[in-house]
Amino acid sequence: MKRWLMILLLALTGTGWHGLHAGEARPRAENELTEKRLVAISSELRCLVCQNESLAGSNAELAVDLRREIRTLINDGKSDTEIMEFMVSRYGDFVRYRPPLKGSTLLLWFGPGLLFVAGLLALVLYLRRRDRAIKDTPLTAEEQRRAEALLQDQDSRQGHP
Amino acid sequence: MNRFLWPLVGFVVLVVLLAVGLRLNPRDVPSPLVGKPAPAFALPRLDTPDKEFSPKEMLGKVWLLNVWASWCVSCRQEHPVLVELAKRQTVPLVGLNYKEVRGDGAIDSDKVAPGDEKRMVIERAAGWLRKHGDPYTLSVLDVDGRVGIDYGVYGVPETYVIDKAGIIRMKHTGPITPEVFSGRILPLLAELSK
Repeated sequence: MKRWLMILLLALTGTGWHGLHAGEARPRAENELTEKRLVAISSELRCLVCQNESLAGSNAELAVDLRREIRTLINDGKSDTEIMEFMVSRYGDFVRYRPPLKGSTLLLWFGPGLLFVAGLLALVLYLRRRDRAIKDTPLTAEEQRRAEALLQDQDSRQGHP
Repeated sequence: MNRFLWPLVGFVVLVVLLAVGLRLNPRDVPSPLVGKPAPAFALPRLDTPDKEFSPKEMLGKVWLLNVWASWCVSCRQEHPVLVELAKRQTVPLVGLNYKEVRGDGAIDSDKVAPGDEKRMVIERAAGWLRKHGDPYTLSVLDVDGRVGIDYGVYGVPETYVIDKAGIIRMKHTGPITPEVFSGRILPLLAELSK
């Protein structure tokens, strides 16, 4: 009984979700290629109102306006690079999710790599120093004697439980 | 001693970085327009909608362009500062009324007939200025927000300081507080007006 109820519920919510989805994802332009390029370009851009959303995914008013603007630019025959330049010249490099490589972004691009190399170097240095410390301090005669005594003691115990 | 030195140095560096990071305002996006000519436009004036205004009319003057709308709550907060500025008559203040009808979440702009929109924009904008005081030398109407995009507007209010050669010298996002006004804008205006 319970299982059937579950299946019924799942089926119901499934159809409900599908129905909603179909209503939302209505293509807005007749040209499918334009829409594909629009999505590709706007996924690379940050929405400045909701800064952790891409322009493709945001419902902010400005995002809607900018998507309309990009659609117009595509229809005007502008290339992706030109559209990117259009956006950057107005909103700065900040709109790009992939910041360009230049003086002010060097640390951003190579900082993590540098940190990794520094960590690796520190690790190697530490291990080498420890290695040397172990090799450089041989046992004294007294320690040697005690170690042997202990080992023999264990041997004898193992021999005669 | 030495064993604790490097972790301590690392910790201090981290604390400094985080402290600086926390103080940064993520809304403060540096505008690429600073140092560039103010984008050209021709928009109808609020007082005489059949006449247009262009930034090139202001060549030779230092002036402020302030983006506002009646639905913008922060604009109400900065408005007294602008009224004060207008009283002192330091520089011309041009208002860019941004998406007066379309930007208002309370209005379903799809249902507004295209012919009605401009009339609504004028009524609402003029009504707001009558109620709160009009600090603007003149205001222009950016009904669809297209000029706003050229200026990189992403949050209202925003203010641009434009010099005699028509170059944008400063952009301020968010309401102008008395501190920002006397601390940053006034000194810049004094320098540019020399």
